[in-house]
Amino acid sequence: MITYNRFVLDNGLRVLVHEDDSTPMAVVNVMYDVGARDEDANRTGFAHLFEHLMFGGSIHIPDYDEPLQKAGGENNAFTTNDLTNYYCQLPAQNIETAFWLESDRMLSLAFSKKSLNVQRKVVCEEFKEHYINQPYGDAWHKMRELAYEVHPYRWMTIGKELSHIETAELSDVKSFFFKHYRPVNAIIVVAGNVKTEEVKRLSEKWFGNIPMGDKYIRNLPKEPVQAAARMLDIEADVPLDAFYKTWHMPARLEKGYYVAELITEILGGGASSRLYHSLVKEQQLFSNISCYQFGSIDEGLLTIEGKLVKGKKLEEADAAVEAVLEKIKLDKVVDTELMKVKNKTESLIAFEDMSVMNRAASLANYELLGNANLMNEEMERFLDVSAEDVYTWSNKIFTRENSNTLFYRSKN
Amino acid sequence: MLNRKLQPEIVNAVDFDLTLKTCERFTLDNGVPVYSLNAGEQEVLMVEWVFYAGNWYEEKNIVAAITNFLLKNGTTNRSAFEINEHFDSWGAHLNRACYNETATVTLHSLSKHLDKLLPVVASLFNESTMPQGELDIYRQIQKQKLSVSLKKSEFVAGRVIDELLYGFEHPYGIYSSFEDYDALTQQELLDFYKKFYTHGNCVIFVAGMLPANIQSLLNQHFGSLPFNTQPLPQTDHVIKPATGRKKHIANDPNGVQSAIRIARPFPNRHHPDFIRVQVLNNIFGGYFGSRLMSNIREDKGYTYGIHSYLQNHIQQSAWVVSTEAGRDVCAATIEEVYKEMKRLREEPVGDEELQLVRNYMIGSILGDLDGPFQVISRWKNYVLNQLTDAYFYESINTIKTISAEEIRELAVKYLDPEAFYELTVI
Repeated sequence: MITYNRFVLDNGLRVLVHEDDSTPMAVVNVMYDVGARDEDANRTGFAHLFEHLMFGGSIHIPDYDEPLQKAGGENNAFTTNDLTNYYCQLPAQNIETAFWLESDRMLSLAFSKKSLNVQRKVVCEEFKEHYINQPYGDAWHKMRELAYEVHPYRWMTIGKELSHIETAELSDVKSFFFKHYRPVNAIIVVAGNVKTEEVKRLSEKWFGNIPMGDKYIRNLPKEPVQAAARMLDIEADVPLDAFYKTWHMPARLEKGYYVAELITEILGGGASSRLYHSLVKEQQLFSNISCYQFGSIDEGLLTIEGKLVKGKKLEEADAAVEAVLEKIKLDKVVDTELMKVKNKTESLIAFEDMSVMNRAASLANYELLGNANLMNEEMERFLDVSAEDVYTWSNKIFTRENSNTLFYRSKN
Repeated sequence: MLNRKLQPEIVNAVDFDLTLKTCERFTLDNGVPVYSLNAGEQEVLMVEWVFYAGNWYEEKNIVAAITNFLLKNGTTNRSAFEINEHFDSWGAHLNRACYNETATVTLHSLSKHLDKLLPVVASLFNESTMPQGELDIYRQIQKQKLSVSLKKSEFVAGRVIDELLYGFEHPYGIYSSFEDYDALTQQELLDFYKKFYTHGNCVIFVAGMLPANIQSLLNQHFGSLPFNTQPLPQTDHVIKPATGRKKHIANDPNGVQSAIRIARPFPNRHHPDFIRVQVLNNIFGGYFGSRLMSNIREDKGYTYGIHSYLQNHIQQSAWVVSTEAGRDVCAATIEEVYKEMKRLREEPVGDEELQLVRNYMIGSILGDLDGPFQVISRWKNYVLNQLTDAYFYESINTIKTISAEEIRELAVKYLDPEAFYELTVI
């Protein structure tokens, strides 16, 4: 049970406080309700580039990192398709420095030309390091474009192509900031060795007079139900054939989401899972195989991916994967297997909640979903999943029409 | 009126009193030492079995690593699947890892399930059978993995820089090839297993929310195993660093980035400079605000990240600068690294920067002491390096008191370009 207090400032900024006096540290987590899904299709990668620019100086403070480090703190940030999250951890006595820094960059950035120039290059190097200079680095670019026709999950957070990042202008940066980085679109979680009253005082003091901004109303195109199987067959200079297959699955808050998550565990969670046991150990078709989903807020993708044993055919591997799926669609999962994946989930949550930093980010995440207390109800929802649910949802998700297959062949 | 230009008052982190939670030490009936830390808010724990079974002790390449991996792939009573199923059913994770001197088995579990898991862990240490079928599958998988990894310039760079520093004959410098996997036999694994696990030298670390009977529980399952009865073989590995200072490897004609490693040998943790150099290293390339990051990423945008660090080896360490930079700015990046070395040798670090680094380092240690797993891992590092918590307090004291002049002297002593190997892989 994670306890927290919640209040909302007059400008719409939501603040959550999680007190834990067993640590000498404090965490300030600021989440903005904007991700790659909110980008223009011709300006992709912008939410993430923007995350870099948030460290390029704010209106009154030339450098974000230095004063924080001086206060004994550390920080980082990440962008997903759904949201952007900034967090810092510092000795609890120095927490006001975090308020000072975070509030100033919410008030306004410095919009420095130099920072934009440098970070464009840095992000291009990040793009190269992770997606170009890597075998199979473009697989997910291709898979997303295959699986989504209209929803902005069509592109990755890093962006569709380098040119979108290279041509970003300062004017784009400004309008993005004032559209998305307003108190009314943000959530703050303060956790660790702190007291709610003090957090309230500091929040009012530092964030209270930032103009509210307009609530960003998200109006994304809804992906039409996929009506026919899609297939992409490509060749590249990679050592092994690789297999990627995805199916559309329910959105984050739907019942089917929890079922789908447990299905991925049954199929691909570790060395006793069905796919691993059957396809890596027994049939020796794959040298590795995994099954997972992304936790996307909108309708996401349930994924199976793996690399083939040299000499095996992708068509054969595809058929073998389908056979494993046939089984989960035909026979109800037995209690012990269902219990196993629930136990694994319980344990996963307990380990995740060990660090104050994770607890803070989770609270922000659930608040963004609509209700921070979902964090405490999460396990209940997993426990509620029955063998019948697994049966029903396996049959709904794993249909041919709903599938996207990518054969990534080795040229050699 | 709020003055937003002024940083709120801070407590200098150097004024904090940092203490390392002491851990309890007890001994099982067979002499196995256990270091134990009962702490934490969540009902979880970890147990780590450390064996002196790293590649230091192998007579043939990769025997140690494969033996370690196959520990849980079959015993006289259970198949690999049954073993995995057992741990998965209780939501537990059993990992293993092989290092140079040591190899480990680590259990993470909810505290309430520990008693169901320990007997099966114990069986891995005296009943593993290293089945031929499992070896064949794993060999195949590893060879394929290697073929993918070899396409990555950073992977190749990581191997070759160690070879330059230590020589291919040394456990720190050696790496695997396809032929090594082919040459491996089941019997070699079984022999290594018997000697270094079943009759091996073991130390146990346990932390988290521990059951009250943790001592008797561990003793019941591990206290009568034939551990710590034979002395470890005395193996002397001689370091033979490369003679040429610069090396370039063309790995991928279409590569858009170059993996750069610039590294020099450095003494181990027992050398008095080791702790002091940590401060210099932080200034140089050890944190986000470091000289290398500020200059090469934040000012020039040549790279997504550049770091320097001291390797965590027992016999001897190395000081390494590591980055992936755009192909066209590779030479410029290297030049900047040397420029930053020169600056540190010639100009004493300013008061403000030094104060910042002191605070940052102390704050970072404070944050790192948060949670029982982090604390026990620090203890493990000390125990395996034959250090005590005096090392911790000496580190803190050094961070708080080292002077700019001492730092400059260390830079003169160690940041000499002539002492560094320079490796680029594109």
